[in-house]
Amino acid sequence: MANVGTPLVELKDISISFGGIKAVDRVSVDLYPGEVVGLLGHNGAGKSTLIKCLSGAYKADAGEVFINGEKVIINNPRDARDQNIETIYQTLALADNLDAASNLFLGRELVTKSGFLDESKMEAETRKIMARLNPNFQKFDVPVSALSGGQRQSVAIARAVYFDAKILIMDEPTAALGPQETEMVAELIQELKNQGLGIFLIEHDIHHVMKLCDRASVMKNGLLVGTERVENVTEDDILSMIILGKNPKRAK
Amino acid sequence: MNDTTPSKNADDSPKSIISRFITVTETDPRLLGMLGALALIWVGFHFYGVIFNDFGAFLTPRNLWNLSVQTSSIGIMATGMVLVIVTRNIDLSVGSMIGVIAMAMGLLQVEVLPQFVGIGHWSISIIAVIVGLIFGTLIGAIHGWLIAYREIPAFIVTLGGLMVWRGMAFLSGGGRTISPVDPSFALLGGGPYGAVGASISWIIGGLACVGVGYVIYSGRHSRIKHDFHLRPMWAEIMLITVGWASIIGAVILVNSYPWPKGIVRQYGAKVGQDLEGTFISHGFAVPVLILVAVGIGMTILMTRTRFGRYVFAIGGNPEAAALAGIDTKWVTMKVFALMGMLTAIASVIASARLNSATNALGILDELYVIAAAVIGGTSLAGGIGKIYGAILGALVMQSLQSGMVLIGFDSAIQRIVVGVVLVLAVYLDIVYNKRVKK
Repeated sequence: MANVGTPLVELKDISISFGGIKAVDRVSVDLYPGEVVGLLGHNGAGKSTLIKCLSGAYKADAGEVFINGEKVIINNPRDARDQNIETIYQTLALADNLDAASNLFLGRELVTKSGFLDESKMEAETRKIMARLNPNFQKFDVPVSALSGGQRQSVAIARAVYFDAKILIMDEPTAALGPQETEMVAELIQELKNQGLGIFLIEHDIHHVMKLCDRASVMKNGLLVGTERVENVTEDDILSMIILGKNPKRAK
Repeated sequence: MNDTTPSKNADDSPKSIISRFITVTETDPRLLGMLGALALIWVGFHFYGVIFNDFGAFLTPRNLWNLSVQTSSIGIMATGMVLVIVTRNIDLSVGSMIGVIAMAMGLLQVEVLPQFVGIGHWSISIIAVIVGLIFGTLIGAIHGWLIAYREIPAFIVTLGGLMVWRGMAFLSGGGRTISPVDPSFALLGGGPYGAVGASISWIIGGLACVGVGYVIYSGRHSRIKHDFHLRPMWAEIMLITVGWASIIGAVILVNSYPWPKGIVRQYGAKVGQDLEGTFISHGFAVPVLILVAVGIGMTILMTRTRFGRYVFAIGGNPEAAALAGIDTKWVTMKVFALMGMLTAIASVIASARLNSATNALGILDELYVIAAAVIGGTSLAGGIGKIYGAILGALVMQSLQSGMVLIGFDSAIQRIVVGVVLVLAVYLDIVYNKRVKK
């Protein structure tokens, strides 16, 4: 599958620094509809930081963001959501004291005609989407702090999926999960991909990357090492990009 | 905890009758606990009086009526303090704000407005209240701005506020007591004239009964619509019965406290009738009605609006709230502005009740307000708090205090007891929470 036409997302020469340290230094990556791009690198390589510039959590010092070829300005998470960008953070970003429905609709609550929260509607919608993502999920009336890691993860995923995202950012979505739940997330990614979403996947596990991603972009010390189609490289190639900061095949 | 275990099983495990009852009726166990503590305090003080003073003064219409009025000002502020504490902040300045706002309203009524409209003009009290509310909201907004946008810790900003506003209260009146306030303003503080009388109390009680019925009916209706789990019919009927009984009981109580003879005579002289010996009921005091209205309004705000949801979200996880697109700074500033407005309402009641504004008004109130919120189950770690809890907390504090006054404890012992109760209440809450988590 070759990527032709306008990319769904194009990050161009993004730079951001914290206290003089360049966390991300002129990095460019792109993403096409129906594609999964893996972002790899050591801890502190700048993957999460780069992606937070797209999700609106950080504001890039320099660089441009294009969505469907049009330049957009993303100053805050609200701007990102307006561009149908949804993010599943590594920390899940859930308010622990609220229940699943409140978290799912946080910032986008459904209201009745008189402007009050429509709790029942929100719970009903939550039940619907959870039935699809995690049929075992039953704990709708307890704070999410009372849920297991996997259940919390499914709430975070439901939040991203429910609002018809076009672009999905997943920051280590399987880090806290057992094998069975990891498999569920893998199936979900495949399903969303078939629906035409573009997905940025931050992932440490090389096997997952080789299995789930179409392309892999590797970062090291805030710089982009390179972007490769996964069918053109081996796991060892990717590993040496991560560790040595270069692709042995290209270096030759 | 296993992901694949349906939580339904949790409800099937054998439990005591009380905990089954709590589950089925969906009552808050903390609420029952506080009501129990309250009953204990009331009955305890009453029988202490019966045994040692040969007279139980606590459970009399007169004392309970006064108790309700005394609770109003702290109760109103405690509802706002819930929001402040839920967002992981604190407000130490409310007592001083009461002083400075009362001073501003007092000077306005006694010295400024009469120059323009004449003494006793109908507009004086209205203008004073409106100016007071705006002033309070403004002070709160300044605190909120410093806390949210300048990122100065709330503890420091409001500690500064505690000193600044008390100083301003003293300066503005030159240390004088401003008295008496406008007569119609004074009605907002309660007293025989500041109560609504028997028939209006019955009307209010009737409306409240309808309200309780409607809330329970619409709750059930909406659960049926969405096919959720329903409370059994007996539980619904019991809730309505308990609600109606408490409302009717409260109306009967306030209506069985008569005006004092002197006031009846005075009133009789005013209307030109001989009312000697007539039983005129107080009915609900105006400040209590204000407290109830504030309580209902704040409960709706906290549980039924986006703003309330955001307040809880910020308390639960500020970063998650920001990542969900919530303007956390703006919400924080609004919380403090609201706290300021509620403090202004409390200031109206406190100064109207005293019929004067003094620069010492509200000293130590911040501590009672915080204590009321915390006894009412507001977690200082943020994210958890209930409006009715705070009002009940205020009632518990006030019951303790006036109970000790009635049986003749001096103020030093009162403080010791209140301090011990505060620590004990929070400790019990911690123990309870630990057991719930297990």
